Amino acid sequence: MSHAEAAAIEVHSATGLSSRKILMWTFIGSECMLFGSLITTYLVYRGKSLVGPYPEDLLNIPFITVTTFVLLMSSLMMVLALAAVQRGDMKWGKIWLFMTALLGMVFLGGQVFEFNHFVHEGLTLKTNLFGGTFFLLTGTHGAHVAVGVIWLLNLFFLAQRGRLTQANAETVEIAGLYWHFVDVVWIVLFTLIYLLV
Amino acid sequence: MSATGARAAEGGSHSHEGTYSGGLWSWITTVDHKRIGVMYGLSAFFFFLMGGLEALLIRLQLGSPESTLIDPDLYNQLFTMHGTTMVFLAIMPLSAAFFNFIVPLQIGARDVAFPRLNAFSFWLFFLAALFMNASFLFGGAPDAGWFGYANLTSTQYSPGMRIDFWVLGLMVLGVSSIAAALNFIVTIINLRAEGMTFMRMPLFTWMTLITSFLLVIAFPAITVGLVLLMFDRMFGTLFFNPLAGGDVLLWQHLFWIFGHPEVYILLLPGLGVVSEIIPVFSRKPLFGYAFVVYSGILIAFLGFGVWAHHMFAVGLGPVANTVFSATTMLIAIPTGVKIFNWIATLWGGSLKMWTPLYFSLGFISMFIIGGLSGVMHASAAADLQQTDTYFIVAHIHYVLFGGVMFALFAGMYYWIPKITGRMLSDRLGKLHFWIMLVSFNVTFFPQHFLGLHGMPRRTFTYESGLGFEAMNLMSTVGSMVLGASMLIFLWNVLRMLRKGEPAGANPWEGSTLEWSTASPPPHYNFKVLPTVHSRDPLWAEDTGDSMHPDDPSVPEPHMPGPSFFPLLTAIGIIVMAAGALTTTLPVVFVGVGVLLFGVYGWALQPLEH
Repeated sequence: MSHAEAAAIEVHSATGLSSRKILMWTFIGSECMLFGSLITTYLVYRGKSLVGPYPEDLLNIPFITVTTFVLLMSSLMMVLALAAVQRGDMKWGKIWLFMTALLGMVFLGGQVFEFNHFVHEGLTLKTNLFGGTFFLLTGTHGAHVAVGVIWLLNLFFLAQRGRLTQANAETVEIAGLYWHFVDVVWIVLFTLIYLLV
Repeated sequence: MSATGARAAEGGSHSHEGTYSGGLWSWITTVDHKRIGVMYGLSAFFFFLMGGLEALLIRLQLGSPESTLIDPDLYNQLFTMHGTTMVFLAIMPLSAAFFNFIVPLQIGARDVAFPRLNAFSFWLFFLAALFMNASFLFGGAPDAGWFGYANLTSTQYSPGMRIDFWVLGLMVLGVSSIAAALNFIVTIINLRAEGMTFMRMPLFTWMTLITSFLLVIAFPAITVGLVLLMFDRMFGTLFFNPLAGGDVLLWQHLFWIFGHPEVYILLLPGLGVVSEIIPVFSRKPLFGYAFVVYSGILIAFLGFGVWAHHMFAVGLGPVANTVFSATTMLIAIPTGVKIFNWIATLWGGSLKMWTPLYFSLGFISMFIIGGLSGVMHASAAADLQQTDTYFIVAHIHYVLFGGVMFALFAGMYYWIPKITGRMLSDRLGKLHFWIMLVSFNVTFFPQHFLGLHGMPRRTFTYESGLGFEAMNLMSTVGSMVLGASMLIFLWNVLRMLRKGEPAGANPWEGSTLEWSTASPPPHYNFKVLPTVHSRDPLWAEDTGDSMHPDDPSVPEPHMPGPSFFPLLTAIGIIVMAAGALTTTLPVVFVGVGVLLFGVYGWALQPLEH
């Protein structure tokens, strides 16, 4: 979404809220239904695979606990980034934005490693229902994290060139809303896929 | 370049304050909600005629028993594309045309909250509609029904690209619908005029808001269903493969969790249109405004709890069937409330018997018939008898044609003078109404009996001697007249464009804000944003001094500049879909490239330029 979107029209706000923030909150509502449908599909097919490998053969809870911790820490970085930009401290703003994206990339790296490992162990999309539902659900989440990382890096580069300043704190806030949402979704997935295996 | 300056400078012969100018390019790059509304309307009407032609071919085939006019394969394509086209490419975008043109005017805003996102929604819809219909030229159209039940859609039973056209087209249409709905939610919540509280909003705006919430909540479910299906077809996953433990009913659940709210997505805008027209043509405020609003919300809410009534015949068991029967019957209550409110509004009013009111009354009566047959198959026991027969075909056409299309035609007759600044002929409008009403009933009323006598739907022919001949012939004759009645409407529109009388700002003496500005409205809608103090601001006496939509002493407001990037972004998505369709990775990458270029161009282009 553009930084200047609605600049000419948004002089008037009936609720006093920013239109872009309402847009992001409503979009997140729609995303809840998307992940809700995917999670339901995963749960409906839990234990329905006719051939292995089964979840209990493959899922590495300690490893994913570490990457989960990394992703949660990225949310902390995001909070610090927004706070820095809001008080006009662009030096730390840039550092925290970059750190958020970096931790997101570490999480994605962990996911790539995990997917690779599963494929080597003989689990692909086609192997059984577990393979299909697992890769689709965690893959969709991973795609959301990847979009978030690209978004954050864009903000970082804009800040680097002086085009993102304290005046654009709302842009960072909206990216933050998305980022925290993606994190919350992971907490649900971590619980339902890994902890309840 | 400054948008308003350039528009005024390029205006040529008919350039005066607030008018548009420029040729095709200015339409392609427009971000103006009124032009986008017009484009939605024209393309939706084109696809409405196309879906109508498909229906006429179906009726020709069924006009006589054991007909060989159309082979079974083409028949399957025709009923699939008829349903898909009417739902996604005709009724939804026709409603979107009104959302776009009317809602910003009704709430006293200059445009939607995100004008370029709005252009993107339109172009994505338009390209996806062309994409899906292109299937007719490449090996045949989708042929598994508009509901695409698994495992009819598996590669085993549907090899080739037909189903892929359908899957990818619907996914892209979903993105377009969600983007448009998000935009309208924000617009209605945030761009209302000074003083327009939620309980002072016009009913059409209310129904647009509710419909938009339904869209953003319902579409993700079908998107997930379509993704599962696409993975099954393209990557060999096992989601809908019973041999590997997959469950074909999962598709039906995901489809109808979307599909039933979708019925209300189609219906609620029509209820909104009629709720606008009846008070204006009765010269009375709407009876029980709050009841009409709350029953709209209740319909939307209950709409998410009834999906399995489409699945009574699959064997969900008595508990599920009973629950879904009960919730389905409950929906009749808020719907009935609305009907009583409309009738109470008409009661004692000084009725202006012009075309929009004719179509609104046609809507009420036909919709009641469709609602009654709907309550009949809300009972699971009765539904087992009726499911997959022509009884259901009759029901959905009474609701969607007798209901929604009559309401949308009412809306067209009501608002086209605002859109073009000229009046349609009332005489031709009434002629259109009577022919459409009679031929509609001749077409669809016999189908109730055909269905109760056991004629199955989606079957390309029937044997002679079963007692189906006469009623099928009647239905076919009716459908031809129904199709021809559209020509009267088209003739009326052409006549209006050539020599229609000027409409003036408020030809119907309407009460809502869209009638306070010129017809057609200047591109900025209102020079001075209005302030409202009541539900019917143009009828209230205390608002006379707060409406200055065209004060000449006020300079023209600045409006967002045109942009090519929304179309470019939409093209990127369609190229990706074409790449996925033909499973050629390079094409997908080209699409991703165009998409990224479009998104970055969009994000970095200032709104005013």
